[in-house]
Amino acid sequence: MKTINFRGGVHPEYSKYITADLPVKVLPPPEIAIIPMVQHVGEAAEPLVKKGDQVKVGQIIGKICNTVCASVHSPVSGTVKAVEPRPTVNGHALLSVVIENDGLDAVIDMNPHPDPIQLSAAEIQKKIESAGIVGLGGAGFPAIVKINSAKDHKIDYLIINGSECEPYLTADHRVMAEYTSEVILGAKLLAKASGAEKIIIAVEENKPECIAKLTEAAGSSAIEVVKVVTKYPAGSEKQLIKAVCNREVPSNGLPYQVGVLVHNVGTAWAVAQACQKGRPLIERVVTVSGDIIKEPGNFLVRLGTPFKTVIQAAGGFTAEPAKVLAGGPMMGLAQYNLDVPVVKTVTGILAFSQKEVKQYDPMPCIKCGRCVEVCPAHLMPVRIELFAINGMWDEARDYGAMDCIECGCCTYICPSKRGLFHWIKLAKSKIAKV
Amino acid sequence: MEGSRLVISLSPHIRDKDTTQKIMFTVVLALIPVWAAATYFFGFNSIRLVLLSSITAVAAEAVIMVIRRQPVTAVLDGSALVTGMLLGLSLPPSLPSWMAVLGAVVAIVVGKQVFGGLGSNPFNPALVGRAFLVASFSKAMTTWTAPFTDTVTAATPLINQNAVSYSELFFGTTAGSLGETSALAILLGGIFLFYRGVLDYRIPVGFLGSAAVLMFLFGEDPIFHLLSGSLLLGAVFMATDMVTTPITPKGRWIFGIGCGVILVLIRLWGSLPEGLTYSILLMNAATPLINRWTRPRIFGQGVKTHE
Ligand code: SF4
Ligand code: SF4
Repeated sequence: MKTINFRGGVHPEYSKYITADLPVKVLPPPEIAIIPMVQHVGEAAEPLVKKGDQVKVGQIIGKICNTVCASVHSPVSGTVKAVEPRPTVNGHALLSVVIENDGLDAVIDMNPHPDPIQLSAAEIQKKIESAGIVGLGGAGFPAIVKINSAKDHKIDYLIINGSECEPYLTADHRVMAEYTSEVILGAKLLAKASGAEKIIIAVEENKPECIAKLTEAAGSSAIEVVKVVTKYPAGSEKQLIKAVCNREVPSNGLPYQVGVLVHNVGTAWAVAQACQKGRPLIERVVTVSGDIIKEPGNFLVRLGTPFKTVIQAAGGFTAEPAKVLAGGPMMGLAQYNLDVPVVKTVTGILAFSQKEVKQYDPMPCIKCGRCVEVCPAHLMPVRIELFAINGMWDEARDYGAMDCIECGCCTYICPSKRGLFHWIKLAKSKIAKV
Repeated sequence: MEGSRLVISLSPHIRDKDTTQKIMFTVVLALIPVWAAATYFFGFNSIRLVLLSSITAVAAEAVIMVIRRQPVTAVLDGSALVTGMLLGLSLPPSLPSWMAVLGAVVAIVVGKQVFGGLGSNPFNPALVGRAFLVASFSKAMTTWTAPFTDTVTAATPLINQNAVSYSELFFGTTAGSLGETSALAILLGGIFLFYRGVLDYRIPVGFLGSAAVLMFLFGEDPIFHLLSGSLLLGAVFMATDMVTTPITPKGRWIFGIGCGVILVLIRLWGSLPEGLTYSILLMNAATPLINRWTRPRIFGQGVKTHE
């Protein structure tokens, strides 16, 4: 099997060995679940419950109110304590439903299907929509919106993204290794729902275990498993499409425009759950790791579980934490409050000691060109940075600031430790406002 | 589980281990074999000139830092040391000490600091210093001594082409500037730089390749030209200076090839036997333009959809 490469990218220390081989542990449902109405890209769902209401596991508590939106379900059974803004992983307080778990884990009637592959495309779409499934790779784009946007287009390839390229994270790795048949089933269902002709599962070559298992499970079906180079950001949608299909999604465009759709392996798993068991998206696999996590591991966590609780389940901290991340070290969000809940987009919780959290003094740019070489969007980050520092937004746009995929490779590689991405992000927000 | 002291910062949260300081000291390390060879062939003169030039360059940088009210610790970035060593190694062995000192001061002050210091200079500072010395003291800058002697003046291979063999050129037992005679030592340093990811192969390959091809086309001996004079030293250590060369991969090809073309023109038709200094300085001047011309095509721009 040949390894598929793409231009740009970096090779950070992966540190995946810490948790890669640790089987997923099921975490008990939290005592208090905090469910933000936005856990995805798009508009907030509209709460369907109020203080004092009784809810069951899987019951819908937030309904779709816009074309780009996803429904939200209760991960526990119990009593609604509040419907109010609560801090979330992205730093804002967002309207959330707070539920006190009654410990009964009473489940709604989930309406399972013995052989979901028999469902029609429309039925699968319905189930994906009502299960509130969003991209579980971290971006959180509602899966049904992706499928609908491609409705009137011919889709040649469905790529199932198993290129978990962020350091430390092994959640997708475990999903592929342990929930292999569900991933394959989910892939088939997604293909049927979107009318895709061919399914390709793309896995980074540093996960031979997953490649072997998926290849075996795919059997004689038309699913192809391909090996992608171990490089960050191999899992980035447009880069993956270019690498796997040699098709280039136009700037500002979407993958369906080149006849491709991409869904994460976790998303495929969630689709299988929804169609087979009728189970909405109320839990996900989260990697808990970092130098001060006592017992790092992979956990199946009910959404709404506070970070604190998940960290405790991993043995807690061995030293004072200096930084806690939601997601990986390249794109993850730094947290200041560990009461924030796990939501659909949280791929991992990483905690680091002071030793690992360095502050850098930027030095003058020595024009080494490394930022240009590693930029997967083929930009000149050093140029855009300079324009941004000088407030030259038009020039920044001309140099492609809006095409930045926010991967952070430029800042990562810069030997002068310049905060390139920081400035480029600023330029993006300034340009977007004009 | 106290959360209040957690650091909040924008991603990415990890950085590559390489730093600008490490890059500079990698170049210093790579120059050690070159200096060692120079000392083997030219003895005390090599130690005298390279040390003087290096110490002066670092001292001049420190003084300017004080004048600019910047932390003097900036000299620890190693860039002034690289400039000083490179200048020293490009001097003829018999050059008077005070000229080396003056050259190093000019390199740092005029070549680098008047433009704003590290990263802002358009021209390779060591070559600015060298160009100044050649223009001011052309006699002393073109008086060569034979290896293993202090006094016997000798012609460099470029002036007296038939007197030397390839192996003499390769190992360095010829007359010339301190660091330029031993191709072996320069290649060792270059391979080390490449291996450490500090040297982009495009520039030396473009430079040496285009020079060799052109020399061959004009009926000259390409191998002789590659090995003689300061071409190899310049192609490996001076034309690859990050600050003064293009930042795009394509631009680096153009830079290297441009250097080679200019060098050949000067060597064959110019009034100077050597063309290295000016070939690189001219291409340094063209670098901003090259960067503009070789802007990479942005991912997804100008592509068609499949409909
Ligand atoms: S400019 Fe944007 S896309 Fe390019 S490396 Fe930096 S963060 Fe990534
Ligand atoms: S990586 Fe840093 S030092 Fe190198 S060109 Fe880019 S901004 Fe300048």
